[in-house]
Amino acid sequence: MPRLVGVDIPNDKRLVISLTYIYGVGDHTAARICRELNIDPNMRAKDITEEEVARIAGFLDRQVPTEGGLRRKIAMDIQRLKEIGCYRGSRHRRSLPVRGQRTRTNARTRKGPKKTVAGKKSVKAK
Amino acid sequence: MSRSLKKGPFVDPNVLKLVKKMSGRGNREPLKTWSRSCTIIPDFVGQTFMVHNGKAFTKVFVTEDMVGHKLGEFAPTRVFRGHTNKKEEAKKTGGAPPA
Repeated sequence: MPRLVGVDIPNDKRLVISLTYIYGVGDHTAARICRELNIDPNMRAKDITEEEVARIAGFLDRQVPTEGGLRRKIAMDIQRLKEIGCYRGSRHRRSLPVRGQRTRTNARTRKGPKKTVAGKKSVKAK
Repeated sequence: MSRSLKKGPFVDPNVLKLVKKMSGRGNREPLKTWSRSCTIIPDFVGQTFMVHNGKAFTKVFVTEDMVGHKLGEFAPTRVFRGHTNKKEEAKKTGGAPPA
């Protein structure tokens, strides 16, 4: 199995698909890699040559933030928002939705599992 | 949808004028403003603003990291003091929940 940017070992799917197993590479970037490096996106990932692996690795290194570096960048961006004391930063700090979504209901992704409050009227009871 | 690049960032002309006037002097005093939608541009760095939040003015000292944000992002308009518990609510005898 070919190995790209550290631990990522895509399997025997089509090359475009297997590239998306790398954190930071989605469908769009995967297609772009194949296009710009002139590699057939439809062949199986196991069939690519050493030289092609090297070219993809080089391309990722130069143009696409991936894996640890990307995670660090995202964490730093959030850290920055928290430090300058802006509204978005305070939303991150309280782990509430950042982009103006409603919080009366839903927002479970940010708020986590439901915490039932005793004595609170349910929506149905009204 | 983001703002058209053609227009450039929105900077309140009044704020810009005042900042320019201030930067001429050595000692910059806080600048009162209601213009929460004004984008912070590099010229503002080091300036202290008093940004209105609908009720009072919040002190905002502009640092380099704040460039590109709006003044209003640093002056919260809502105060959340926690949810009421049952006892508090009973005391208030049908009073409105706190804002």
